[in-house]
Amino acid sequence: MSANTITEHQQQAYIAGQAADARIRFELETEGMTLNIGPQHPATHGTLRIVVRLDGEQVVWADPIPGYMHRGYEKLCEVRKYQQVTTLVNRIDWLGSFCNEVPFILAAEQLYEVEAPPRAQWIRTILFELGRIANVTLFLGDMGVQLGAITPVFYAFRDREYVLNLIESATGGRFHPNYDRVGGLKDDLPKGWVDECKQAMQGIRDFCDEMETLLLGNEIFATRCRGIGVIPRQIALDYGLSGANARASGIDWDLRRDADSPLAWKHADWKVWTHPDGDSFARYWVRLQETREATKIVEQLLDSLPAGPVMAKMPARLRVPKGEAWISTENPLGEMGYYVVSDGGPSGPFRCKIRTPSFNNISIAPWLLKGVYVPDVITILASLYFILGDIDR
Amino acid sequence: MSDTPETDPAPDAAEPAPEAPEATEPAPEAPEAAESEPEAPEPERTPDPVRDPLMAKITGDLGDAVLGQEVVKGDMWLRVANPAWRRTIQYLKDHGFDYFCFLSGIDWLPSQESVTRYEQVYTDDAPADPPARESGITGGDSRFQVFVRLYDVDRKVGITVKADLDDDEQPTVESVVAVFRGAEWHEREAWEMFGFEFTGHPGLRHLYLPKEFEGFPLRKDFPLLARAVKPWPGLVDKEPVPGEGEDEEEEAAATT
Repeated sequence: MSANTITEHQQQAYIAGQAADARIRFELETEGMTLNIGPQHPATHGTLRIVVRLDGEQVVWADPIPGYMHRGYEKLCEVRKYQQVTTLVNRIDWLGSFCNEVPFILAAEQLYEVEAPPRAQWIRTILFELGRIANVTLFLGDMGVQLGAITPVFYAFRDREYVLNLIESATGGRFHPNYDRVGGLKDDLPKGWVDECKQAMQGIRDFCDEMETLLLGNEIFATRCRGIGVIPRQIALDYGLSGANARASGIDWDLRRDADSPLAWKHADWKVWTHPDGDSFARYWVRLQETREATKIVEQLLDSLPAGPVMAKMPARLRVPKGEAWISTENPLGEMGYYVVSDGGPSGPFRCKIRTPSFNNISIAPWLLKGVYVPDVITILASLYFILGDIDR
Repeated sequence: MSDTPETDPAPDAAEPAPEAPEATEPAPEAPEAAESEPEAPEPERTPDPVRDPLMAKITGDLGDAVLGQEVVKGDMWLRVANPAWRRTIQYLKDHGFDYFCFLSGIDWLPSQESVTRYEQVYTDDAPADPPARESGITGGDSRFQVFVRLYDVDRKVGITVKADLDDDEQPTVESVVAVFRGAEWHEREAWEMFGFEFTGHPGLRHLYLPKEFEGFPLRKDFPLLARAVKPWPGLVDKEPVPGEGEDEEEEAAATT
């Protein structure tokens, strides 16, 4: 399949759209119209502006304009020390912010040539998965809101709260934990945390079941999602789609399983779910299954939590050896990675390239939105699931 | 650690037995010295059953275009000549590396901000001369480098490809949008942040910054205005810096 292949559905939609347009143009003499969606729009999760050229109800072209929240983290990282960068990168994907720290710290640890003790890696993995649950839970509810179902989002906010409470009691921060240190963690888990966590995981699984009955079985939801925004496998690879967006296009690629990571995923028994359809429904379905898998990972890791310190003995050395490290992990939104270059200087990263999943995931929008109808624009954007801080960083 | 002096003959031969308290000192360094002697260039290099043959095939097929290659830390790096940039990416895509991760650039100009100011803060004898320009893994001859990260989803290996951009004023490289469509935004970002010129790109325009913006923010000579006005308070660490002697004692105590 070459990169230029379009699916049969898109081809038919395009032909039908062209025919309908020609008829309307002939009868009504309509002209095209340029519509600004955003920067302030409830469907954009922040300040993403999308300029769409409409012909009747159909999108002729779409051009996302990011940058309303660009904070220049790559430049700021260069004037901070390694330990200070975690505060910044917390703010990239603000819904699962603990997950942003982890790849950077792993890269820094590779440069420092230290390794965190097993207990720290276990707790990192558990909190990583809690971050994923906190993030994706909101998506599972929010997708309903975009399509007109108000109820799911209330359930989502309710159940996410339990997870945020757990993150808060362990790290001290609900949204910006800043809990990772080079060589380990700030603190150990508080007393009684493990039992609370297991209880909350049961609650999240119940929430997933609720969503399944509320949305996946809903006829309106299925009609508005099935066959909408189909991304073929080759296109997804070309644009570098990652995470659930890639797995919904049938790409069996999960860095938790496929990358050689010091974190504890390999000690749990779980499954990577893929879906062959590549449409909005598939993306929702994959994320729902992922949330269930995440609860399983957390429970298994809580049972096998090793004892010991949470901080490695750090060499009292100020200079980080010269080197380059690329570490990426499977974040809630997709592959997030840091290409960190150290010049042997004492101050911090010489260069820190931040690869964020939403950047690639939304760069497909000009291709994907061509020829769709206006209401489907909202469906597609919601199902791609981006966070503005993750695009603009 | 404690039994290394017995197994390794070198420290015993070098110094006689009566130096009992100081015998702990060379213990941490002894294994490194023993390992580095047989293999001179790469001490901690272990053969990689997947990546080594793959890299051999890639370098064999690309021939003269390859300027440097390394397989370290379970990862692959490749540096190719600037004219062969697009051809290399196309070759890799055709040979399994079909997942486009990201494309970006590096400015290897030594950073005044992050190096010398720190020296002034921490040491009394501030070095006057700036450090020489050095390139990282696989080396480099120019100030600017463009690099791209690709994955082979089926074989589950990744590769980082770098290329030098010879001209400092107008660094130019061929665009890879025709190979990977996803490179479009990444090249726009590199264009506005580093000033790289991508020939053949369908439309190099600003992605993040406003149209009127002048300069290239991620170049090392672009000043970070907030820091120029007021030094970053986090830079000055009030806590006492542990000395070298103390450090060695602690490490020796930890190993015994």
